[in-house]
Amino acid sequence: MTNHGTKLTVAFGILLASSSASFAVTEISWWHAMTGANNEVIETLAKEFNEGQSEYKVVPVFKGSYPEALNAGIAAFRAKQAPDILQVFDAGTGVMMAAEGAVKPVADILSMGGKKFDKSLYLPGIVAYYSKPDGTMLSFPYNSSSPILYYNKDVFKKAGLDENTPPKTWPEVWEAAKKIKTSGAANCGFTSTWMTWIQTENFAAWNDVSWGSNENGIAGTDVELKINAPIFVKHFQDIADLAKDGTFRYGGRVSEGKQLFLSGECGILNESSGGLGDIVKSGMNFGTGQLPYEPEAKNAPQNTIPGGASLWVFAGKTDEKYKGIAAFFNFLSKTEIQSRLHQVSGYLPVTLAAYEDTKKSGFYEKNPAREIPIKQMMGKAPTENSKGVRLVNLPQVRDIENEEFENMLAGKQTAQETLDKIVERGNAAIKQALSQ
Amino acid sequence: MASSKHVTFPNKFLPYLLLAPQLAITAVFFYWPASQAIQQSVLREDPFGLSTQFVGLANFKHVLNDANYLNSLQVTVIFSIATALIAMAFALLLAVMADKVIRGKGVYRTLLIWPYAVAPAIAGMLWLFLFNPSMGTLAYLLRSTGYNWDPLLNSDQAMVLVVAAASWKQISYNFLFFVAGLQSIPKSLIEAAAIDGAGETKRFWTIIFPLLAPTTFFLLVVNTVYAFFDTFGIIHAVTRGGPGKATETLVYKVYNDGFVNLILGDSAAQSVILMVIVIAMTAVQFRYVERKVHYG
Repeated sequence: MTNHGTKLTVAFGILLASSSASFAVTEISWWHAMTGANNEVIETLAKEFNEGQSEYKVVPVFKGSYPEALNAGIAAFRAKQAPDILQVFDAGTGVMMAAEGAVKPVADILSMGGKKFDKSLYLPGIVAYYSKPDGTMLSFPYNSSSPILYYNKDVFKKAGLDENTPPKTWPEVWEAAKKIKTSGAANCGFTSTWMTWIQTENFAAWNDVSWGSNENGIAGTDVELKINAPIFVKHFQDIADLAKDGTFRYGGRVSEGKQLFLSGECGILNESSGGLGDIVKSGMNFGTGQLPYEPEAKNAPQNTIPGGASLWVFAGKTDEKYKGIAAFFNFLSKTEIQSRLHQVSGYLPVTLAAYEDTKKSGFYEKNPAREIPIKQMMGKAPTENSKGVRLVNLPQVRDIENEEFENMLAGKQTAQETLDKIVERGNAAIKQALSQ
Repeated sequence: MASSKHVTFPNKFLPYLLLAPQLAITAVFFYWPASQAIQQSVLREDPFGLSTQFVGLANFKHVLNDANYLNSLQVTVIFSIATALIAMAFALLLAVMADKVIRGKGVYRTLLIWPYAVAPAIAGMLWLFLFNPSMGTLAYLLRSTGYNWDPLLNSDQAMVLVVAAASWKQISYNFLFFVAGLQSIPKSLIEAAAIDGAGETKRFWTIIFPLLAPTTFFLLVVNTVYAFFDTFGIIHAVTRGGPGKATETLVYKVYNDGFVNLILGDSAAQSVILMVIVIAMTAVQFRYVERKVHYG
C-alpha cells in the first residue's frame, strides 16, 4: 500500500512538475496525516499561502495515519524522493531526532527567510519538546494538543449527573461511568482514544510520576520504562475491571474510540484537544473538562505534555526551496493565522502572541474548552517527569503497549502482568533499536 | 518445415527478443527485490539508512529465537488451513449445486464468480463495515441479541472475521475450477451408478469426489499460497494483526517489523525465510502433486 502510494505520488509529482515548470514557481511538497475537519484546515492554509504570493506553491498530500505518514516519509528518503516538509507525530520525534543528517533544523531554515529567528515568540513548553538538548529547535510545531475530557451532556442529564460539573479525578470518572452504565443512560460509561499517549505518557506527567528513566528520554536516549509502578497498576486494573461489564469500552489503538463517543455509545471520552473539530461538527451537546488526575499522587495535577505533530524539513534541498519553506513557516506563525487555527481546530496556538490575542478577544469566555489544554500545559513549570516522552522507537513501544492492553482488556492477564510484560518487552526493544 | 518436431527459428536473436519482456519483468519484479532482501537480511541499519553494519546471520538468529515469530507461524498455519478448507468446502458445495440447476445456469455461475473481482483490501473493508463493533450493521444486530461480539479484543472472533473475509474472496476462484472439474466427469459413469441404485450422497463420495481429486489438490496448493501471501490487504484492513498479536501472520509481521517498527534487518530476514517457504511449496506442487495425481 505504502509503495503504491509512493509511486502514485511520484507520478503525480512528475505530472505537476512538468505542467507548472513554465511558470517558474517553486513547489514545496507537504506530506501530512490530517483527516476530517483538520484536513480542511490544511487545504485552506495552503490555498491562502499560495494565493498570497506568487513565488512558491505549497502542495499538501495526504499520506494516511500518523504512523503511515512517517513511514512514507522515511521510505521516500531512502529512495531519494523525500518530500520537502513532513508532518511527524509526537511519537516519531525521537525517530527523526536520531536521524541527524537527514533533516535540516527549522531554526536554520527560519533564519534563511530573511528575518532573524526569535525562539522566545513561541510557546516554551512546546518549543522545548521539539528542540535538541542544546536548545536548537529542530521542527516546526504545527499542531500541538493535549488530552482533555469530553462528556455527553444529554447522557449526564439522563443518568442524573450534574451536566455542568465534569469529573475531576479518576475515582470520580469511574463513579460517573458506573452511574451512566447502570442507569441505562448509555451502553458504556467511559472510553479513551490513544491509550498509550493519554493513559500512560500523560498520566505519568499529570500525576508527576516517572514514565521512564533519563527524564522519560528527554535527557538521553538510554531509557528504562517505569510504568509498572503501583500507581499505573492501580489505574489499569481499574480500567480492566470496568471493561468486564462494558462500563469501559475499548475503541482501538489510535483515535477510533472517538467514534464510540460521537455515536452516543459512551458518555465520557478522553481524547486530544485536537479532536474538538469533529466533535463540534457532529452537533452533539457536549461539555469539556481537564484531564482527570489521581488524587493520591502528591503533586497532581502537574502539567500535561504536548502531543500532536510538528513539521520536519528534509536535508539536501535547494536554497530556493528552503526560502520558500521559511516564508511558509513565517506565514503559519502570523498571529491572525495562529489565532484562527487555534480557535477552529482546538490545537494549541504556537505563538504567545496568538494566545494573548485570543484571550483579549473574549473567545475563552465563550469557549472555555479551548483554554483547557493551554492551562494544563502552562499551569506549572515542568518537572523531570513532565517535560515529555522521547524514545528512538516510541511507535514500536506504543505498539507493544497496545498489544498487551488488548490482552488485558480481553481478560487474559491482570494489570500487573500486563505492565510487567510491557516493561520487559519495551526495554528489550529500546536496546535493540539503540544498537542499530 | 511444417512436419519437423522441433520448430527452429531462422533468426538467432528473435527468440531472445521475444523472451526479453518476460525476463525483464522477472528481473525487475523478482530478482532485483529478492537480492535486495537477501542483502538487507545480513545488515543492521538505522531507519534512514545513514549507518550500516554487516552482522552476518545475526538477524536470522534473532528472528528464529523470537517467541513472537513462532506465535506468528502458528497463527499463519491456523489461518491458512481454516481459510483453505472453508473456501474449498463452500466452493465445492456451490459448484455441485450449480451443476444441478437446469434453467439459468449461466446466471448463477456468473453471480458466484463475481466476488473474485473484488480487491483484498476492499473485501476487508466490506467485512469490517458489516462487523466492526462500533459501526458495523451486522455487529449491531449481533450485539443486540446479547452476544458479546467484540473482535477488537476477542482474538478468536478476530480470527473468525479474517478467515471469513479471506475465504469469502477465494470461494469464487475455487468455484470456477470445481465447475470445470465437474463438467469433465463423464455423465455415463454417474448414470450407471444411479441405475445400480446408488443414492445421491453415495454417488458424490464414490464417484464425483475421487474424480475431482486433481482439481482439489491443485486448489489446495493455490489456496494455501493465497492464504499465506495474498491476504495482507484483508488483515491490514480488518484487524492490523490484533488484538494483541492474534492475527499477525508471517507476511503481516514482515510489514509490521519493517515498515512500522523500522527494524529493517529483522524484517528482511523474515522475508528471506518466506521466500524459502514459497520455493519449497512450489517444488512440492510440481514434483509431488503433479506426479501423484493423474488428470482424467
